[in-house]
Amino acid sequence: MAAYNGMIEQPRFSCAIGALQSVVAIPRAVPILHSGPGCGDMVSGFFERSKGYAGGDTSPCTNFNEKDVVFGAVDKLRRIISNSYKVLDTDLQVVMTGCTGGIVGDDIESVVAEFQNEGKPIVAVDTPGFKCNNYQSHSNVVKAIIDQYVSLYEDEHPARSNRRLVNIFASLPYQDPFWKGNLREYKRLLEGLGLEVNVLFGPESGGVSEWRTIPEANFNILVSPWYGKPIVDDLKIRYGQPYTWFHSLPIGGNETEKFLNQVLDFAIEHRSGINKNDAKKFIQKEVDAYYEEIDNLATFLLEFRYGLPNHAHIFADAGYVVGISKFLLHETGVVPKEVFAIDNTPQKYQEDILKDLASTSDKKTIPLYFEPDAGKAQNLVRSISHKGNGIILGSGWDKNLASEKGYEFLSIAVPSPVRLVMTTNYVGFSGGLRLIEDIYHKALDLYM
Amino acid sequence: MTKINLDLPAVEIREVRINSISGYDGNAKDLVEKSHCEGRLKDRERSFMQCAGCSISKAACMTILIQDAAVIEHGPIGCSTCLQEFNFTYMVNADLRNVSDPKQRKIYSTNLQEKDTVYGGNAKLEKTIREVYEREKPNAIFVLSTCASAIVGDDIESACDQAEAEFGIPVVAITCEGFRSKIWTTGFDAGYHGIARKLIEKTDKKSDFINVINFWGSDRFSEWFKPFGYRPNYITPYSTVNTLRHSGEAVATVQACSTLGSYLGAALEQEYGVPEVPTAPPYGIAQTDRWFRALGKILHQEDVAEKIIEEKKKEYLPQIEELREKLRGKTAYVTGGAAHGHALLSVLGELGIRAKGASIFHHDPVYDIGDENNDQLRQRVEDFGDVPHYRVCSKQEFELVNALGKLHPDVLLARHGGMTLWGAKYGIPSLLIGDEHYGMGYEGIVDYGNRILDVIENDEFVKNLQKHAVNPYTKWWLTQDSDYFMKATEKEKGQ
Repeated sequence: MAAYNGMIEQPRFSCAIGALQSVVAIPRAVPILHSGPGCGDMVSGFFERSKGYAGGDTSPCTNFNEKDVVFGAVDKLRRIISNSYKVLDTDLQVVMTGCTGGIVGDDIESVVAEFQNEGKPIVAVDTPGFKCNNYQSHSNVVKAIIDQYVSLYEDEHPARSNRRLVNIFASLPYQDPFWKGNLREYKRLLEGLGLEVNVLFGPESGGVSEWRTIPEANFNILVSPWYGKPIVDDLKIRYGQPYTWFHSLPIGGNETEKFLNQVLDFAIEHRSGINKNDAKKFIQKEVDAYYEEIDNLATFLLEFRYGLPNHAHIFADAGYVVGISKFLLHETGVVPKEVFAIDNTPQKYQEDILKDLASTSDKKTIPLYFEPDAGKAQNLVRSISHKGNGIILGSGWDKNLASEKGYEFLSIAVPSPVRLVMTTNYVGFSGGLRLIEDIYHKALDLYM
Repeated sequence: MTKINLDLPAVEIREVRINSISGYDGNAKDLVEKSHCEGRLKDRERSFMQCAGCSISKAACMTILIQDAAVIEHGPIGCSTCLQEFNFTYMVNADLRNVSDPKQRKIYSTNLQEKDTVYGGNAKLEKTIREVYEREKPNAIFVLSTCASAIVGDDIESACDQAEAEFGIPVVAITCEGFRSKIWTTGFDAGYHGIARKLIEKTDKKSDFINVINFWGSDRFSEWFKPFGYRPNYITPYSTVNTLRHSGEAVATVQACSTLGSYLGAALEQEYGVPEVPTAPPYGIAQTDRWFRALGKILHQEDVAEKIIEEKKKEYLPQIEELREKLRGKTAYVTGGAAHGHALLSVLGELGIRAKGASIFHHDPVYDIGDENNDQLRQRVEDFGDVPHYRVCSKQEFELVNALGKLHPDVLLARHGGMTLWGAKYGIPSLLIGDEHYGMGYEGIVDYGNRILDVIENDEFVKNLQKHAVNPYTKWWLTQDSDYFMKATEKEKGQ
């Protein structure tokens, strides 16, 4: 996957070991780091409030020193793992390598195999920072858990044995600051269609026992512009599970309705045994409730005479950039101007993403830049000016830029020391309403 | 004689330079005695460890916060991700240092990939330095090494020298890869080593300022130095490349935290003739008096120092006495870095709060300047007595959770993020004060005392949290000795 590999100003994603947060997001799972002493701090300092059950300072680590770099640290790792069982009460252990372990070439699979042979729920995954970023590494972590843990329970959970069950792969835990809320909303909506849903991460998941049922699912749902795709590809081969792919985040009325109909059609096609009429009724009820709010809102949007933002710049991953652009234009009237996908989108997906965005409007083109060097992206925004009030939706890095330009600012991406998110969601009908509240709360807050 | 050698490109690590350790379990008095008795202080290893933290973010904070500098992390992108916190810090605290128009911090990663670890990353580094220079025109560029670039063997020093010659600004290589030292304060030393080598200029000129080596705390020193006719030159956060360049003109250097500024203070004295005030920072009355007297002596204004002390006593002693009365019988536990943790123990001592124990991240038996009078823990023990259950914990959370759970103090004082959580989970009122100057001097004792009273009084939140606290630690572990995994290692090695 060819992607940009030059310098980056203002990091907005992490390296391979950053995907340890995907482990932290599984209830009662623990990442065990075979890495330098600083990797854990770097990751927790980036995501903030990301400790979960046993992440952050709780995660065991071999803390490589100079001697370990020369002689390897396999014995040290064995001791740390073995003592982790004495100290911490966890359901799943995922051993992850940092650059040190990776370059030195320690055979962690063999060490982990010793514990697997004792029946421990333990998994090894190669995550040295130079290998890839956390968007990609997330898939490797999930695949490793399926390959080394879930697969052990296939006899009790035969492939595609539950027609109604689906696995959804969507928000990346912690990299998407709204991941908890988003997964909860996906689950609620899909259950509304009559499906049973494995979200796998966060409080709405059933932890490792839910992971064990992954093979049972009839099909998978991928909501992502590109990341996570290797997981559903793998599951297709492994368990013969087909998947339906929604390329950007369904935010607000139009896209959520489209998303639900896409899943519904797919479910019917794959004989999920759900009642189509009931599902349609559920969707209609949600749509009606949504538009009741938009109806109330319209007067304010059209008549507020003291100035509201009329255009936006977005700095986020490609899924958010496209999802928010569509939403803003059609459901608030704010026009997306230059927008930036900062997730180092692999080249082979860029064309589809551009097409997806182009479908937003047949009247206007929204300029999308694939630019992981966010400092460069910011400089572009500095050099442009548009008439009217602007708003920047981005990470904490962009707050300074917004004040330089006299724009409003809403934090929607990591890293962000300027916003506290717990269980808020931006996807779905309710997510769209919440995004409207947040944008106009910011706008109105400027008055009086 | 210090072991500072600015001719070397890389700083010598703390374990080697000043015999710092990261594992100990005993009491403060014993640790102090062992520290000053050649060969008696032994580091203890653990057979279980959690993420300990590394040098790079420490080197980063001493360079990123220089107003007009840019910082390049030479490694995979992950090694620069937490540095965004310093952008926040910089913007938020700018007011405290009268920086009216704080500029977004300039933080870059060379974003090393797998193939760079095979073929080397120097070409990429050279290109990055050029792009950063052209994009920002900073007055200095710092390049931080990482585990990956160090193992691969990239010659960062050469790339920097070459760029420095071409662009005519200091381009400084900082050797701070994580595996190099288990004492992450080595990262501060690494940053200062680069600054002392490449930025500070030799001079015979003396100016009207005193160097204050600190973090980003509030400005207490302007007021304190004024009667002596001097002003503070804060280094390095909020300094400029130019003010750093001239820091050799200072008449003296003081420390806000001896472990932080150990290396730079000694380098300024040894290489640039700026004397370091030969006593620990001013925490607790006795040490505050010593500090003002030592400062007065260096400035040849002993009378001014005596006058300040007299005035401070008059103003603050009654308030301190009142606080002691209110805090009578209270107990506390301290966790934080050396030497700020020692400083907090002194403040507690002054307030009459009994320290039940402490988990301090590492221990420096002696600072680079080589003067035992700078040992803040020794001063604490001499002024207020021993601290039992004193541990050097390498930020190992499992040990803190174990030790704290057994001692149940009335209040937990913490100095680093993440640690107060465990106080709260046990229902112990917990306080973290980020401003390192907060507890300094007479006024600091009063301020801290009031905050402690406040936090003990308002314990409803922690009491509620305690009821619902999730604890991933096993019952077995919570009933073992805190140094169980140190003992296990020693047993294995037959020590």
